[in-house]
Formats: sequence, structure tokens, C-alpha cells
Amino acid sequence: MLTDIIIVLAIMILGIGIGLIIGNKPKIIKIIGALTSFSIFLLLFILGIGVGTNDKIINNLHSIGIQALILTIGAVLGSLICAYFTYNLFFKKK
Amino acid sequence: MKGSLIILSFFVLGLILGLTRFLPVSLLESDFSIYALYLLMFLVGIGIGTDRSSWKVIREINIKIVLVPISVIVGSLLGVSAFSALLSDISIGEAMAVGAGFGYYSLSSVMITEFHSDTLGVIALLSNIIREILTLLVTPLFVKYFGKLAGIASGGATAMDTTLPIIVRYSGKEYAIIAVFSGIVLTILVPVIVPLILEFL
Repeated sequence: MLTDIIIVLAIMILGIGIGLIIGNKPKIIKIIGALTSFSIFLLLFILGIGVGTNDKIINNLHSIGIQALILTIGAVLGSLICAYFTYNLFFKKK
Repeated sequence: MKGSLIILSFFVLGLILGLTRFLPVSLLESDFSIYALYLLMFLVGIGIGTDRSSWKVIREINIKIVLVPISVIVGSLLGVSAFSALLSDISIGEAMAVGAGFGYYSLSSVMITEFHSDTLGVIALLSNIIREILTLLVTPLFVKYFGKLAGIASGGATAMDTTLPIIVRYSGKEYAIIAVFSGIVLTILVPVIVPLILEFL
């Protein structure tokens, strides 16, 4: 798995390098944006198929939704509390 | 919001085709999705590289602003860790991987699916979409009780695009640049932090 992660990150860094070389070419940037959306749609579509054929997930969809909601509340609340301190200590104009 | 609906509809379309066993199972057993992920990462990289305005924002920033995305990272990871205690099926590491999506639901769910499991991928998809929706709906209250960085913190990676208008409206124009900066930093860090957490926790 670690090799997969390294490959993925290496590919992204390669992309950043190529992106820096391409620079500000609106036509190319537009095509890249469209292709990015397309590959996200494709991957989420594949995830949908994987989930639809996975009885374990389908039978537990209710509990998966609740788990997602609880984790979201945790993430947002934690971020809000940290942001509260950062704001009051460093940003608030006295 | 429109973007999340489109993405959800692709997910649901796949879900329906899967449920009805409309497609041959052989499609799933191939390595097709990892190559699609490679393609996505390559494109995401090019997108970051060609985005001159992002690089400019990052260069012009003072050190204080760096504290904002750091607050979001620390807060999100501590928050999900604490709340994972309520969930018997989810380990702290799994919860942190979901939390490290910072609202970037498409990329985080795809990576978690590929490197961990479909189940956690779905949790990441739902959780990070809920994060965006919650930010769009509740930012006025968040700002009232947690200060002017609240919308940026709640929005996470989405603070640079989808939730930016609502953040600017309730925190003021002077927070737009902070929101964009924090969103860019978190967006770039999602594909780095999520796999690291899955590997080591």
C-alpha cells in the first residue's frame, strides 16, 4: 500500500511540475478542469457500483450515515473551537 | 452545491446499476479504478501547478494567516478522534482519515476507497459533503459564537470556492483572502495527509 501512496503522490508532484511549465494557458486549463471533473465522476460512479454490489454496506447504510454525521460534527466542532482561540488570540482587533 | 449534486448523482447512478447487478462484476475486479485515480492525481497536480493566482496568494501571505489552516487541521483531527469514541465500528485512525478530507469529499472518498475500504470511502463521501452543506447553512451562527474565522474553519478545503461567498458575507471582505489561502493549503494537503494517516494509524 505504501508504494501505491508514493506512486500517487509522485504522480501529483509530476503534475504540479508540468502545470508550472504550462503556466497561464486558459484553453489548456479549461480542458484540464473538464478532464478532472470527468475522472472524479468516473471514480464516484465506480464507487457507487462497488457499494451497490456490496451487501454489507447496503444493509448498514443507515448506520453508515449516522457514523458520517457524528464524524462531521466532531470535525466541525473541533475546527470551530481551534478557530475561536486563533481568532481571539491573533486576529481580533482590540 | 450544484457540484455536490452532480457528483452525488453519479454515485447514485453507479449505486443503482450495482444494486440491480446491471453490470458484469468483472469490471470491479480489475485494477481500472487505481489507474483512474492516477489520472485524477495527475490532473489535480496540473490544476495546482497552472493556478497562478493560488501561488500568488501563497507568496503574499504573512505568517499569522498560516495559523488558520493549522487550526482547521488540528481541530478537525482532534474533533473526529474524540467523537470516534462514540462509534464502536470506527478506529481513531479511520476517523482521522475521514476528518482529513476537510470537506474535499471527491478526492478524499476516492483515496480512502482505494487505500482502505468501500465502507470507509462512503463514510468519507457523506461526512465531507455534510461538512460543506453544514457550512453553507449554519455559518451565520458559527460566526456569531466562534468568531470571524468560524466559517473558514468549518468550510475547510471548500473555503476557497463553494463556501467562499457565504464566508465573505458573514465575516466580511477582509476575510476572503484568508479563506482562499486556507482552502488552497487544505486542498493541497488532503491527498498528502489522508494516505499518510491510512498508512500509519
